[in-house]
Amino acid sequence: MNTAAIETQENYLNAGYGLKSWLLTKDHKRIAILYLITITIFFFIGGIFASLIRIELLTPQGNLVSSETYNKLFTMHGIAMIFFFLIPSIPATLGNFFLPMMIGARDLAFPRINLLSWYLLVIGGAFAIFAMLAGGVDTGWTFYTPYSTTYSNSWVIATALGIFVSGFSSILTGLNFIVTVHRMRAPGMTWFRLPLFVWANYATAVIQVLGTPVVAVTLVLVFCERVFHIGIFDPNLGGDPVLFQHMFWFYSHPAVYIMVLPAMGVISEIISVFSRKPIFGYHVVAFSSMAIAVIGFLVWGHHLFVSTQSVYAGLVFSFLSYFVAIPSAVKVFNWTATLYKGSISFATPMLYAFGFIGLFTIGGLTGLFVASLGFDVHVTDTYFVVAHFHYIMVGGTIMAFLGGLHYWWPKITGRMYPENWAKLSAAIIFVGFNLTFFPQFILGYMGMPRRYHNYPDEFQVLHVLSTAGASILAIGYLFPMVYFMWSLRYGAVAGANPWGATGLEWTMQSPPPVHNFDEIPVVTHEVYDYSTVVKEGVEVG
Amino acid sequence: MKLPLFPESASTFAPDVDHLLFYLVGVSVFFTVLIFGAIFYFAIRYRRRSDNELPKPIHASLALEIAWSVIPFGLTMIMFAWGANIFFKESRPPKDAMQIYVVAKQWMWKLQHMEGQREINELHIPVGRPVKLTMTSEDAIHSFFVPAFRTKQDVVPGRYSTTWFTATKPGKYHLFCAEYCGTKHSGMTGWIYAMEPQDYQAWLSGGRSFGSLAENGEKLFQDLACGNCHKADGSGRCPSLVGLFGRSVQLADGRFVNADEAYLRESILQPNAKIVAGYQPLMPTFQGQVTEEGVLELIEYIKSLVPPPAAGTGTTPAEINVNPGVATATPSNR
Repeated sequence: MNTAAIETQENYLNAGYGLKSWLLTKDHKRIAILYLITITIFFFIGGIFASLIRIELLTPQGNLVSSETYNKLFTMHGIAMIFFFLIPSIPATLGNFFLPMMIGARDLAFPRINLLSWYLLVIGGAFAIFAMLAGGVDTGWTFYTPYSTTYSNSWVIATALGIFVSGFSSILTGLNFIVTVHRMRAPGMTWFRLPLFVWANYATAVIQVLGTPVVAVTLVLVFCERVFHIGIFDPNLGGDPVLFQHMFWFYSHPAVYIMVLPAMGVISEIISVFSRKPIFGYHVVAFSSMAIAVIGFLVWGHHLFVSTQSVYAGLVFSFLSYFVAIPSAVKVFNWTATLYKGSISFATPMLYAFGFIGLFTIGGLTGLFVASLGFDVHVTDTYFVVAHFHYIMVGGTIMAFLGGLHYWWPKITGRMYPENWAKLSAAIIFVGFNLTFFPQFILGYMGMPRRYHNYPDEFQVLHVLSTAGASILAIGYLFPMVYFMWSLRYGAVAGANPWGATGLEWTMQSPPPVHNFDEIPVVTHEVYDYSTVVKEGVEVG
Repeated sequence: MKLPLFPESASTFAPDVDHLLFYLVGVSVFFTVLIFGAIFYFAIRYRRRSDNELPKPIHASLALEIAWSVIPFGLTMIMFAWGANIFFKESRPPKDAMQIYVVAKQWMWKLQHMEGQREINELHIPVGRPVKLTMTSEDAIHSFFVPAFRTKQDVVPGRYSTTWFTATKPGKYHLFCAEYCGTKHSGMTGWIYAMEPQDYQAWLSGGRSFGSLAENGEKLFQDLACGNCHKADGSGRCPSLVGLFGRSVQLADGRFVNADEAYLRESILQPNAKIVAGYQPLMPTFQGQVTEEGVLELIEYIKSLVPPPAAGTGTTPAEINVNPGVATATPSNR
């Protein structure tokens, strides 16, 4: 296929060109692109805040910005990255685009609701950006009471409202995915023929639907106390400040799995395709996603070990936290075992998958550290925790997001990205990430508290290393931005199935036609059956 | 420039936590090497040699799945039990611990010794002797964190939390606020001075004393005219406070509560929350009239009201200290 063919062939991209054809689209693929643009903007907003934080921490005195500004920077970094980038990241972009195709459907179950959920994210995001521009918010992304309800003089309400509205975006996406997976699978697409990416998004959707309303309720209660002085959390009004932490983490711990489960789904796809083998222990990996979704709701109290929560509650939450660790560990072992006697390709998505396994392993193992009561007392609220969750969220989710984006880019755009540039930037990101966050484990055990604008001199060398790493990481993130744009016009034409992959999405042209399938396919093969696409001795592609 | 990579160990808990760290790091290094090693080996050994290779599928192995679930789970249960053991020790201050009161506010630490010494952002303690902190906050949540001691405890408005430690090495150690509390959060720091016992005694006698906490509490008790109703012989309109601390008290609704610090604090600030059986809800609230330090002084004064031996104060000896240790054993949690 040549360049002319890709432009004349009818597909979802050339089906209409006006702004209206995008803003009123009901096509899940176009909505995914709208999401991709939106969350990329928030990623760069959050990234600018992160850069300023790291530059400030080069010196112990805190002499770049004021304490007030610094507190707003880390708050808005967290809010932009978590609520407006990481939570929608993989489900709303790659999930939105590929989940219907992977199960043989022409769209999600509720295309209009899908569009609505994007608008809700944009409206919520607009509130958050308004709050940032109007003066910012300084509560930390965790909004702990009674600071957020009584003592903070910043734009708490506007920000909370933004998160509240965007929460409905997440709920509606989850609802749409659940119904779609139940009702719209093609004939022959049984539950155990579903690609693991679909299983992961399904498990995520369950958390989104069950967990997000709780954080919405919590934010409404913060609103009531801050605006109407109804005593819920502030002890001076008769409230209980620790109640907030229970409610907040009841959502926000499972929210970590909203961020990382879809990432695990992406990794399962990539590992399988680039070792050309079915995932070892497919059933175990599929059920481990569901186990994480369920057990993830029972561990929130491990954020409260030193909060005055009872000693016995601490004991139970520590114990249960180890239960949620096992399904994650099992996935890593199964991915590793999949490589055994495979045909391992080192294409860019596979490099990201290796990077993911490495960083997620370290993030997960240090999760075992902080789940241990006596250890957590020392490191909670220090840089150890900061390092731990960045290994999961950045090392895990963002590596998988970038891996998935490279893997499906040929399908989304019909073009290949430049392979060497992509490999180089994957390496830069891996090195930069580790240099940024590994020193923070040491800082944390040394006792450096998080959210500190200035700090004792003895922590400076490690902070300088971390900032150096962050500079490398920032450059690493800019590369894909540039070459992806470049590839839209100049990339090699990809063809329908450049990787020799098995999913239904690879059976259609790239970019896909508006309605995905002319005829709904009938699935007769097991999942990841590479004998259907690769014939020994026959060229792939 | 200094580059220390490990924190000082200066309390009895510090070696415990450090040993747990070594175990955790050991297990992690083992699994990291195992997984990374396997990935490197497989990736190179089974690298794709021609574009149309088709390896044989290998679907699953129940034995392997069980092995790599059960073995890691066993190792994590050691982490759980080990950490829980340290945590239990940290939450049970010994009975003979030296008492210090801590009031946190944006953005300073106010610390009071029983003998009356008051300190701001500094705490002098003797080595070798357990020190128990009873803490509250006047505004947002703070957290009392001494890295060299490996202890941390949130300081929450509206309730008392406790922590304790025994310093093992004289020196000057960081005190940090670890829970984000607003603009000057990173300025809410101080120093712990651990001193040899004789140096500590010298410091105690050398410093300016403001009168012991119980003495100040007695003055406050008189200023607020508490004694008009709370008569020592029980003849007042409100219950006698003699011998009250640590006792089990029957309430009007039939429940029994232990008269610990949290109960006394609540009864001063929200007198109608718990009414003692046989009494009317007459007492006005002292919310806003007594500072957190004042409440602590009143509590110390009430603690000092011990019944004279064999004197009839309306309680039988059996009722006194029905539940010793509970008030101090666990952080207040209501």
